[in-house]
Amino acid sequence: MAKEIEAAPSVQLSSIAVSETHGENSPYFAGWKAYDENPYNEASNPSGVIQMGLAENQVSFDLLEEYLETHPEASFRGRGATGFRENALFQDYHGLPTFRKAMASFMEEIRGGRAKFDPRRVVLTAGATAANELLTFVLADRGTAWLVPTPYYPGFDRDLRWRTGVNIVPINCDSSNNFQITTPALEAAYELAESMNIRVSGVLITNPSNPLGVTISRSVLEDILDFITRKNIHLVSDEIYSGSVFSSSEFVSVAEVLEAREYKGSERVHIVYSLSKDLGLPGFRVGTIYSYNDEVVTTARRMSSFTLISSQTQHLLACMLSDKKFTKNYIEVNRTRLRKRYERIIEGLRSAGIECLKGNAGLFCWMNLSPLLEKPTKEGELDLWRTMVHELKLNISPGSSCHCSEPGWFRVCFANMSEHTLEVALERIHKYMEQRRT
Amino acid sequence: MSYVLSNGKPLLSQKATNDGHAENSPYFDGWKAYDSDPFHPTQNPSGVIQMGLAEHQLCFNLVQKWLENNPEASICTKEGVDKFRDIAIFQDYHGLPEFRNAVAKFMGRVRGDKVRFDPDRIVMSGGATGAHELITFCLADPGDAFLVPTPYYPGFDRDLCWRTGVRLLPVVCHSSNNFKVTRKALEEAYAKAVEANITVKGLLITNPSNPLGTILDRDTLREAMSFINEKNIHLVCDEIYAATVFRQPDFISIAEIIEEDQEYNRDLVHIIYSLSKDMGFPGFRVGIVYSYNDAVVECGRKMSSFGLVSSQTQYLIASMLSDDQFIEKFLLESAGRLATRHKDFTDGLRQVGIKCLNSNAGLFLWMDLKGFLKESTVEAETDLWRVIINDVKLNVSPGSSFHCSEPGWFRICIANMNEETTKVALARIQEFVQRNGDKLNRKEKCWQSDLRLRLSFRRMDDVLRSPCSMSPHSPIPQSPLVRART
Repeated sequence: MAKEIEAAPSVQLSSIAVSETHGENSPYFAGWKAYDENPYNEASNPSGVIQMGLAENQVSFDLLEEYLETHPEASFRGRGATGFRENALFQDYHGLPTFRKAMASFMEEIRGGRAKFDPRRVVLTAGATAANELLTFVLADRGTAWLVPTPYYPGFDRDLRWRTGVNIVPINCDSSNNFQITTPALEAAYELAESMNIRVSGVLITNPSNPLGVTISRSVLEDILDFITRKNIHLVSDEIYSGSVFSSSEFVSVAEVLEAREYKGSERVHIVYSLSKDLGLPGFRVGTIYSYNDEVVTTARRMSSFTLISSQTQHLLACMLSDKKFTKNYIEVNRTRLRKRYERIIEGLRSAGIECLKGNAGLFCWMNLSPLLEKPTKEGELDLWRTMVHELKLNISPGSSCHCSEPGWFRVCFANMSEHTLEVALERIHKYMEQRRT
Repeated sequence: MSYVLSNGKPLLSQKATNDGHAENSPYFDGWKAYDSDPFHPTQNPSGVIQMGLAEHQLCFNLVQKWLENNPEASICTKEGVDKFRDIAIFQDYHGLPEFRNAVAKFMGRVRGDKVRFDPDRIVMSGGATGAHELITFCLADPGDAFLVPTPYYPGFDRDLCWRTGVRLLPVVCHSSNNFKVTRKALEEAYAKAVEANITVKGLLITNPSNPLGTILDRDTLREAMSFINEKNIHLVCDEIYAATVFRQPDFISIAEIIEEDQEYNRDLVHIIYSLSKDMGFPGFRVGIVYSYNDAVVECGRKMSSFGLVSSQTQYLIASMLSDDQFIEKFLLESAGRLATRHKDFTDGLRQVGIKCLNSNAGLFLWMDLKGFLKESTVEAETDLWRVIINDVKLNVSPGSSFHCSEPGWFRICIANMNEETTKVALARIQEFVQRNGDKLNRKEKCWQSDLRLRLSFRRMDDVLRSPCSMSPHSPIPQSPLVRART
């Protein structure tokens, strides 16, 4: 870690550098510190903090490892001298053609073939973090705003705003209708921006939603498309959890809705995808932007120079994702395993007297602890959260860090641990709930 | 308050619609000529030879051998796959500790172990391109400026300015003193900025220089340090060509200068590094920001989330750069091969009276074609450049695209091809000069006698007529890089 600063630097850094918009002082990250200092380990530290604040997918690595063991061409060894050299030199921002094609077809497969993706519209970035920031640079001027439904992924505060100077105005959703996005909520957010003299550049949705773990219904997508068309603003659909839907038929991508509309007005629509969640490869930094707008594709591609994907990684994934047998099996098995995890945690929580939002996707569940709050306020929620982290030793994410308008909701990740660890976590929750009853 | 355009299309940002991407410069025009007619020794021997791409292609056989002997360095092989899971999950923006340690050690090694680098100050970024943008975001606000000595790498116009809103102001250098960066020039540039009410936030120097291929001497580096300390502005040193120094004098890094005087304010100094040039791995996107300023390291690290190095690549690089024996051999071989290539070209050019700036580093030559210009103007330079592309069929980069103050200079890249192509390129240049020596407005007389020219030309002919034997270690030099078609 960087050394302690003894005195403030004598020269100024940029306003961006000294701002807090990187968001790392929020509780979302504070829980990590508790985990870092005392991490759970099945064997060596069974009473440590269990990490349930990290939306990682660790349930399907064996499938990837098996693929690698049987496909030497995925590494340099399988490609010989020319292969390595060409790959090491390849820095074209169009991306490796085989990789782009493989990404496009993988995205189609995940959507059960219900939408088509043209490889020429795929722009590659180093992770969805970079993709969301890049799209913001392309679509929005400084001082304008994205409308984002709450609750939303805490990282957006940094990704969409920090270096871009763009604002986020929340679209308020609440439990009365299971946090669905409604047209009145969209209109209200737009009016709120107007009243603050902020021009709205677009709407950014996450589908399936993080932190809710729920897919957006077709009719809501239609409403959102109608709204952005009326206002002539952009729509970014972050679909990075699309491969983590427990049942394929339940996910409707904005791509499908556009196809049904014969792509009318599609130049306003852009999709973000990544392999960090569906394939469990966050370290590889693989993000994509898929835009129906030619100008956006060209500009985004040029900008991707700042954040290209390592050609070594593109090569590996091109091999893997072009293997239809592998991808078909992976998508199915991964889906099934996530669903089983989800069902287990829901059952475990229910038997402890805790309900969650009915979810159908993602690597987490949206837990309702509002009945347990001393006070139905943000402070009350944070008090309960501190108990969770320091007494139960479970790092879960408080809804307030996701800008949820109602206190008492928590996001609990379940796919970043072994089945045994999940049982340990559930056991701790049971004990705690029992103690509360007596 | 809706913004409906007459054609009903949604607005894009100003950044999306301005020219900040800088792709309309002639620097990229030559690529189009190359793209549509790329040279190939057997399939297209009369195609355009790519000499506009500063790549280091001379040592791949060494790396390939290392990979074959170290399968565990790849997490995709049988030998390495047990690491796959841990590496694939690793997205910590501090980077793999072994990666940071290896890079710090390598950076020290490249500087002859005269300085030590602290692994905790290493921040990752998406190539040097990402690194430059990142450091700019950390140090300057929109509207602020960086001073940059000319001539400079055209990519800076995009990397430092496009999304940051920061501007570049030239520190004009002249061939009269070999483009030395003088205190006078620095002061002039600074004064101009002050007069125009522009806040200067820093000075960016590239050492070794692109496009000059020269290194900065100790005095110049000290002047730069004293200048930035006096003005209390930052110093960003782009040292991405540090290991391409192939001959004396030795490379002096700013890291050494910092140690010389305790009075220097270290918080002002930041180094940009990358493996794209020194190792020849531009595809792997390994960019590094090394700052002596703790707050910049902290902030930069957070920002690096937008351009982390793939953990798969970090792992491979960590393994490779930690192999002391391999690295020692690589650096020695690399310098030797670059020296040979440099000599081949400078000798060949000298034979037809073309002089290059005296250089001892880089992957290119800074060629003086002032004598070939009809008049000393940018237009004349552009005309000559078109002739070189269309008649001589070489994609070279005109000095104006590097903001050079004097027309007539051209950068040609010489390390991105094998020996065969080198000979073809030289032969074309020599033939062209020979053919057009009378027609071109030569201000300088060729100092070689006609006889010697004819003899040397015939020698080149012999070489071309002999069967082309492709070395198994240097396969077809067709650059896989395909530029955007706008």
